[in-house]
Amino acid sequence: MQSTDFIAIAPLVILAVTAVSVMLLIAIYRHHAATAALTFSGLTAAFAVLPGAARLAPISVTPLLVVDQYAIFFIGLILAATMITVLLSYGYLNQQNGHREEFYLLLLMAALGSTVLVTSRHFAAFFLGLEILSVSLYALIAYTRFRIRSIEAGIKYLVLAAVSSAFMLYGVALIYADLGVLDFVRIATRIQTSHGGGQSVILLAGLGLVIAAMGFKLAVVPFHMWVPDIYQGAPAPVTGFVASVSKVAMAALLVRLFSPIDLNQSDVLFGIFAALAFASMVIGNILALLQTNIKRLLAYSSIAHMGYLLVAFLAGGTFAVSAVIFYLVAYSISILGCFGVITVLSGKDRDAETLDDFRGLFFRHPWLTAVFTVMLLSLAGIPMTAGFVGKFYIVSAGVGGGLWVLVISLVLTSGIGLFYYLQVLIVIYSRQSGRGRCDELPYGIATPGSLAITVLVVFLFWLGIIPNSFIELIRGMTG
Amino acid sequence: MILVWLIAIPILGGLAAWILGWRNPGSARWTALFFLSANFLSACFFTFRHAGQITITPGPWMAAIDVPWIPAFGIHFHLAVDGLSLALILLTHFLGLAAIVSSWTEITDRIGFFFFNLMWVLAGIMGVFLALDLFLFYFFWEMMLIPMFFMIILWGHENRIYAGVKFFLFTQISGLFMLAAILGLYFVHGRGTGNYTFNYLELIGTSIPAKTAMWLMLGFLIAFAVKLPAVPVHSWLPDAHTEAPTAGSIILAGLLLKTGAYGMLRFVVPLFPEAAFAFAPYAMGLAVLAILYGAWLSLSQTDLKRLVAYSSISHMGFVMLGIFAWNALALQGAVIQIICHGISTGALFFLVGALQERIHSRDIDQMGGLWRVAPKMGGVALLFALASLGLPGLGNFIGEFLILLGAYPVNGTMTVLASLGLISAAIYSLWMIQAAFHGILKEKKQIPDLSARESAALAAMILVIIWLGLYPQPVFKTAQPALEFLETIAAPGSHAPEKTGTVYHPVRENKNVVLPAAPQGAQYAVH
Repeated sequence: MQSTDFIAIAPLVILAVTAVSVMLLIAIYRHHAATAALTFSGLTAAFAVLPGAARLAPISVTPLLVVDQYAIFFIGLILAATMITVLLSYGYLNQQNGHREEFYLLLLMAALGSTVLVTSRHFAAFFLGLEILSVSLYALIAYTRFRIRSIEAGIKYLVLAAVSSAFMLYGVALIYADLGVLDFVRIATRIQTSHGGGQSVILLAGLGLVIAAMGFKLAVVPFHMWVPDIYQGAPAPVTGFVASVSKVAMAALLVRLFSPIDLNQSDVLFGIFAALAFASMVIGNILALLQTNIKRLLAYSSIAHMGYLLVAFLAGGTFAVSAVIFYLVAYSISILGCFGVITVLSGKDRDAETLDDFRGLFFRHPWLTAVFTVMLLSLAGIPMTAGFVGKFYIVSAGVGGGLWVLVISLVLTSGIGLFYYLQVLIVIYSRQSGRGRCDELPYGIATPGSLAITVLVVFLFWLGIIPNSFIELIRGMTG
Repeated sequence: MILVWLIAIPILGGLAAWILGWRNPGSARWTALFFLSANFLSACFFTFRHAGQITITPGPWMAAIDVPWIPAFGIHFHLAVDGLSLALILLTHFLGLAAIVSSWTEITDRIGFFFFNLMWVLAGIMGVFLALDLFLFYFFWEMMLIPMFFMIILWGHENRIYAGVKFFLFTQISGLFMLAAILGLYFVHGRGTGNYTFNYLELIGTSIPAKTAMWLMLGFLIAFAVKLPAVPVHSWLPDAHTEAPTAGSIILAGLLLKTGAYGMLRFVVPLFPEAAFAFAPYAMGLAVLAILYGAWLSLSQTDLKRLVAYSSISHMGFVMLGIFAWNALALQGAVIQIICHGISTGALFFLVGALQERIHSRDIDQMGGLWRVAPKMGGVALLFALASLGLPGLGNFIGEFLILLGAYPVNGTMTVLASLGLISAAIYSLWMIQAAFHGILKEKKQIPDLSARESAALAAMILVIIWLGLYPQPVFKTAQPALEFLETIAAPGSHAPEKTGTVYHPVRENKNVVLPAAPQGAQYAVH
């Protein structure tokens, strides 16, 4: 490795170094604010070296990693989302008993795993990244260990994520047995050239297993069973992280792995993804209708959102890739915003999660209500929000790719989606019935948390009203 | 620049009302009134300076603004106003002011937020009437929904949440179909010409394979038919109108429904002329169905607001009939009908709202004999009921008459059936007046008659409806260049000229001829 290689992967190195420093700091001097500050400055430093890395892009660092514009963009997104999570977590953890500092250590590791995922160009790196991310998440999800649901969620995630990793390893082995390579580019070329003769059963089985493992992380139907329980059980800031960062990283990897392959030429692969997209949109939206717990509702809605994303992904071509990227950003902002509001409203013993907790929020926290409203409207795809431009982009890609059946299902299912977003809105604007147990929840809001939320709102409107510069950025990146 | 202000002032006014309302709820009313009046004055000023002048060619545009917004997609911030838009913008202000007045004492709770929503709906509606970029149009189309939804669910009556959600789902899902159709058109045009754009003026005349055109046209039509509303997709309307607060009902009936008619007029036919004309017989059939079905259901309502709501379905059926007849007479009739129905129904909802504020009921059975205690209210209600049933001398008559006149040469059977709607309109309108204002007085306690504030708003509406009934020429003159432009772009000569030709050729040959009022219009039809 040369020095340029180190500059290229500097963000990853800084993340790793920060993680170690945080660990040492905790060992020497256990202090919540100091730990959070160190974590935040580490993330900022990693963000600050991105332009340096961008100047070298595209560059392959060892056969495992590639740092190109695409990877840098996603590293930036992951770092930004992690910073938001740190800000949100600070106020949240301040209320908790027990050790708070290790949380940041785990968060940094999870961010590191995600950045490895988005830079990987080889199945070995993919697996490394996936495991770093998953292992940190097990502990993060179970971090509020006084809550029984949190422990339950952690163990569920542990078992299921381990199984999905095993699937993936087996899938990779099958792919290797058939093609003899583990490098993404070469795999794509082999698949692309083998279109004429059709793929072998072994290769398809291998790809199927890998897709299943990716589908698990993306939480698409039928690999979605864990989602509602984990979203509900995990502490709110962690849920936000799982819903944004871990999905973004996996979706970025999915696009990197499959976008060189023309899916329209492979009936099997196209069929698999189309079925995943369709099932996720339908089942995610319908099950979300039945929820009275906002965390579970958002869990199902995030399943549906990944379905929308797959519609654009299936369309193929650079336009569709840019649509996927934009949608991921818009989705991350909105879902982080939603969980941000939940986080700042949550108390020591439990999170604000039932509909009753939110009843009459308008009269207690007008500003948070406004934020929550625009975040939900963004998820629903209403104008002036990032989600609107995102949905517009997705539908454009779908229509441009001629995927009429999927586009029509997207339209109809997002109609169902509206229904449950509206239900939440109605609840937060209606008068308190007295049945809610909001007195258990805190009234004041921590400053870092409201700062994070404000930043998200600014981005939401920026991308929703004047998205041009951002779209140009993405366009330039995807060529 | 005036066009930007027309939209920006209500937006700012809404924000100001909300913020000021935080400290002093009462000030929100005055803020909203001030901003909207200022906007109205500037719109009037614009009208007096520019009405009839065409400064931007090609087309009938009096003013326009076109700046790139999202160049990556070919999206522009493109607003333009022609006679048709101008007339609707004035109507929007007029009814907007009426809505503010009507909610002056009705809304006592979260006042600032109410006026914020009210102003934003109006801003969205004005955007819809002004946008000439299809993306921008869709943007405003969706933007007006959320505040309307909040108005229904937060300040509505008993069943408000059901009604609000139903309203939202109907309009939003149909809107997404339109989005898909807009994108379909965008890609067809982009692939054909290499120019990916949402510009209405460039998308006109795109050559589209017949089958695709039909699907895309239906995508647009469904969104507009839901708003209008046409019969199979109308069921949100009675609920939404009934449950909404008075201001909400006025805006729904007076303005939101008109965006559907405007969309058909501006987009459906000009963008897909062949498909629209192929579909016209069915559309006219749906229109007649709406006229008769709406009238039929009005006959059996006991809830006053519901009655007016169903009568709206019937009257808007005439507008759809006129649009799909697509000739000079019918289109002029449709424009007049849009304006007059907006005012007369707005006024009726205003009155029902005022009644409900006084006797806390909308049930006709609990009214009766109110004329004795509230004679002013009774007189005004009678006038607008007569307007709504199409009494000559009041504006609605001109609209419905011209529509029927224009539609007859195109489809005689449908026109005959549609005219039956006029008879039932007379029955339910008069019955409504009879049951509510005559007979034995059932309300025991004394109710106040119209206040000065209410009288002023209603007096303005009365003046306009009489003016339009006696001298509709200014509206014809304002709208004519716009309608002629729409007719030219939709008439490449390929569609059934033998049917419509007899009607609009005399007018089109001589550009200086301004459509005469109804009686002489009849002579044109038989030329």
